[in-house]
Amino acid sequence: MSRYTAITEGDLREMLATVGVSSLDDLFADVPAGLRLEGPLALEDGLSEQEVYAELAALARRNLSAEEQVTFLGAGMYDSYVPALVDAITSRAEFLTPYTPYQPEVSQGGLQAMFEYQTAICELTGLPVSNASVYEGPSAVAAAGYLAKLHNGRGRFLVSAGVHPHAIEALATLARGWRMAVEVVDLRDGATTVEALRDAGLNEEVSAVIVSQPNFLGAVERLEPLVDAAHGVGALAICAADPVSLGLLAAPGAQGVDVVVGEGQTLGNHLDYGGPSFGFFAVTDELIRRLPGRLAGQTRDSEGKLGYVLTLQTREQHIRREKATSNICTAQALNALAGVVYLSWLGRQGLVELAELLVQRTAYARERLAAIPRVTLVHRQPVLREFAIRIDGDLDAVIARCREAGINPGYRYADDSLLVAITEKRTRTQIDLLADTIAEALA
Amino acid sequence: MSDQVDASRQRWFIDSADDELTIFERSRPGRRAFTAPLLDVPVRPLDELIAPELRRREPARLPELSEPEIVRHYTRLSKRNFDLDTGFYPLGSCTMKHNPKLHERVAALPGHAQLHPLQAPEDAQGALELMWRLQHALGEIAGLPHVTLQPSAGSHGELTGVLLTRAYHEARGERRTKVLAPDTAHGTNPATVTMAGYELVKIGTDEYGNVDIDDLRRHADDDVACLMLTNPSTLGLFERHIEEIARTVHDVGATLYYDGANLNAIMGVSRPGDMGFDIVHFNLHKSFTQPHGGGGPGAGPVAVAEHMEPYLPRPQVVMREDGSFDLDDDRPRSIGRVRGFQGNYGVFVRSYAYIRSLGAAGLREASTIAVLNANYLLARLRREGVLEYLPAAYDRLCMHEFVLSGAVMKRELGIRTLDLAKRLLDHGVHPPTVYFPLIVEEALLVEPTETETRETLDHFAAVVAEILREAARDPEIARTAPHTTPVRRLDEAGAARHPVVRQAL
Amino acid sequence: MADPHYPEDLRYNAEHDWARIDPANPGEATFGITWYAQDTLGEVVFFTPPAVGSMLVKGEHYTEVESVKAVSDVVAPLSGEVTEVNEALSAEPQRINEDPYGDGWLVRVRLTDPAEADSLMDAGAYAAMLT
Repeated sequence: MSRYTAITEGDLREMLATVGVSSLDDLFADVPAGLRLEGPLALEDGLSEQEVYAELAALARRNLSAEEQVTFLGAGMYDSYVPALVDAITSRAEFLTPYTPYQPEVSQGGLQAMFEYQTAICELTGLPVSNASVYEGPSAVAAAGYLAKLHNGRGRFLVSAGVHPHAIEALATLARGWRMAVEVVDLRDGATTVEALRDAGLNEEVSAVIVSQPNFLGAVERLEPLVDAAHGVGALAICAADPVSLGLLAAPGAQGVDVVVGEGQTLGNHLDYGGPSFGFFAVTDELIRRLPGRLAGQTRDSEGKLGYVLTLQTREQHIRREKATSNICTAQALNALAGVVYLSWLGRQGLVELAELLVQRTAYARERLAAIPRVTLVHRQPVLREFAIRIDGDLDAVIARCREAGINPGYRYADDSLLVAITEKRTRTQIDLLADTIAEALA
Repeated sequence: MSDQVDASRQRWFIDSADDELTIFERSRPGRRAFTAPLLDVPVRPLDELIAPELRRREPARLPELSEPEIVRHYTRLSKRNFDLDTGFYPLGSCTMKHNPKLHERVAALPGHAQLHPLQAPEDAQGALELMWRLQHALGEIAGLPHVTLQPSAGSHGELTGVLLTRAYHEARGERRTKVLAPDTAHGTNPATVTMAGYELVKIGTDEYGNVDIDDLRRHADDDVACLMLTNPSTLGLFERHIEEIARTVHDVGATLYYDGANLNAIMGVSRPGDMGFDIVHFNLHKSFTQPHGGGGPGAGPVAVAEHMEPYLPRPQVVMREDGSFDLDDDRPRSIGRVRGFQGNYGVFVRSYAYIRSLGAAGLREASTIAVLNANYLLARLRREGVLEYLPAAYDRLCMHEFVLSGAVMKRELGIRTLDLAKRLLDHGVHPPTVYFPLIVEEALLVEPTETETRETLDHFAAVVAEILREAARDPEIARTAPHTTPVRRLDEAGAARHPVVRQAL
Repeated sequence: MADPHYPEDLRYNAEHDWARIDPANPGEATFGITWYAQDTLGEVVFFTPPAVGSMLVKGEHYTEVESVKAVSDVVAPLSGEVTEVNEALSAEPQRINEDPYGDGWLVRVRLTDPAEADSLMDAGAYAAMLT
């Protein structure tokens, strides 16, 4: 008997008798004889709890984590600080172990938290409707593409090269099934421009124009002209946004964007080597019936008391099946809970302070690195938490030198270029160390 | 444990006057929980860095509270949830098995939790090895040689699997347009079919609850790309004719897809690959006990046969000749990515720990006990007389779950399956899945899982019997249930007619 | 409306839709869904009105009615052009439950072939089909 089951020998005898069979094998009578495994699976034997812990801890020690290295890696996920109260709340069994809230009367905690999360995402994005979460950032862009396809049935996506490459690829993976073209629009001095959209063939066959705020190279985009250009041909405007940056930047929804999605990791979620985190997904009122995924709504109970339910479920796969707005079922509720707890912790002023801290430190880091001979800026656009540099020299040697100094200098997104991310954990001392180390390596 | 049922004692939640306040309503200007780190760099005017027209005029209206208030708000909210650590959760199709506490501890180790996804592979060897070993274990369990861990959940795995099918056929110069799925399928199957650009064709169910083979033959032609099948089915029944189904599908050149929602019935007992399935998705949050988090996270790895391997998403975790592990992006025939980075690694850590804890024998035991518990519970319900009002939809041995129909109960006792479900809440038991599968009238899908004791199963049978006796005396009690929960039955129609989906600020 | 009720002056199709042909003008008709349809569906929460001017084809679905947990296709009992939709349903879709043959009507249609009505069921035949 394993430690997670509780059927004793005595239980087994009596339970088999109650069922009316003589052995456990008899329960599998419907499985054709030739399909029953004769021997055990070729897996190692089970271990005691402490042995499993030891093995998993040994594997963990063979990873160089952000606790052991000063990391300037970003490019979609960031070494942000996760406050202790987030872990304390998300590790409560009442949030950790329930299923999706199919029985609202005993799920009010989770449902109300979803409602609060949705409200916070609406505030950040400037849109009136947010779902309760999707998987993560890049697949959220693909999901937004599916929304656009269902909405207007057109055949082309124009995607800024400033959108995360994983998102462009995730969209392309899906769009192939719909025989839709994903066309990448080049950046001009690091930013998406209306001219580039026009040059890429913006016309009435375009289902959606998709941009990122800030973009993959860290640049803050001027959204309004891009949105106007998209709307001018009847296309949807979709924006993948960084939620912390939205503490400072004008809300995309307020600039006319129809769908705002994004990666929620920096909102109280750990790096976890890429997941689980959550994706957020917000839309205009007009698109509410196209929204994928769960949506919590406020209502009253039979005694008039305020309560919450999953609502507009006729959009979803379990009801509308082949006509559903998405196939998504399990999403990222616990990670979205971490998101709303984190945003409550930051609070109204705190989010602004955090974003301003990032802007100042990033500006400092950009200036320091750009002052190094043979280091140039890839673009001169305004940046918030990340920027791109080109290195005229041996980048392998630079990376190796940094590694020796206990630093990861950033994401090498091209042969000669690095994307350098600043978080609230990166101090001036660490930024100075990065600059000095790169300068030494290039000297 | 006594079979006596006293619902009045089951008030497991906190109830107080201000429970209805949201975190936004608790906000007061000027309160705060966050203290910013020191601004340790020379400060430049913000306007120079980000022009005013790019910025917000007003800060986003996030709530303003001190730390103790936030902690108390969410702790109190948590008490308004039913959860698996508190009680029995026989939610059919969801496999609500115990979530071992060890898994949370190992997943939180900094080497796992604080590892950046773009860390160089040489500095992420532990993570890559864990993923590689998990791929192998899942492949062995499925009986298929190649695995991608990338998809984020079951439905994401389905989408990946159907896109793999498309790539496979297109590489052979074939353009097929239809995908088959039984009328008992989870809604994710048909939704996936459309999302992947195919047309759905529904296959009927025969009188024994199996796929109607004649109907399958009628629809199997060379325009069919795939048959998506759940085995055991959503009726909790093993497809007796699975070999013939596989032949029929393969004879027309289509792929056979295994929806892993019900894998918990057959781990170590029988393997989808041996049954003839070409593609299998796993729900790590079901069979491999990732805590469900009130609606995720999960993970939906996909295992495939040799001929589907070239199309798997990139990157793939591989072992190099020197025994080191790497991410291989050089996969020219891949369908591409289905999401960012490497997938839900934190989920992989937990499921890998689970597989290491159980080993081959433990996994087989999990499945056999899951099937025993389901059959035992069905037999106990029969002995309690419950099946006179809630007959089993198909009278045969079940696998890890079974379906009852509330049609007789509705007619003779005047309460619906929904009423029974709501009354169970008053007894501190989470109801089974209701109104699914769609082909069973007033359906109730019960999955006890292997981690429940016999006493718990006995208690559940007694509670259901008591609710039926109560309904015979006074059906109004169930019709107006629940009576002891934080809120009473909620107006879902009102919520849908006039959606309020965010706080008015 | 709590009890089954199938008015004699309507014509019905097998998909639980009705047509009321204007006695004064046989080229005009009103469409809706039957008591049985609304009862099966449960509390209606949303109705997607077709565009005025759109053409309906007998036997083909032209819109959807949604309850909390189901979506039902609405099938045109007769062919014709939509001349009016019941705007009141957008605010109060529950009228379809409360008064399926009155306030809960869906669309008014200018029929392209009034003779098609001959193939629909009368109330007796429809009620017999349900049992």
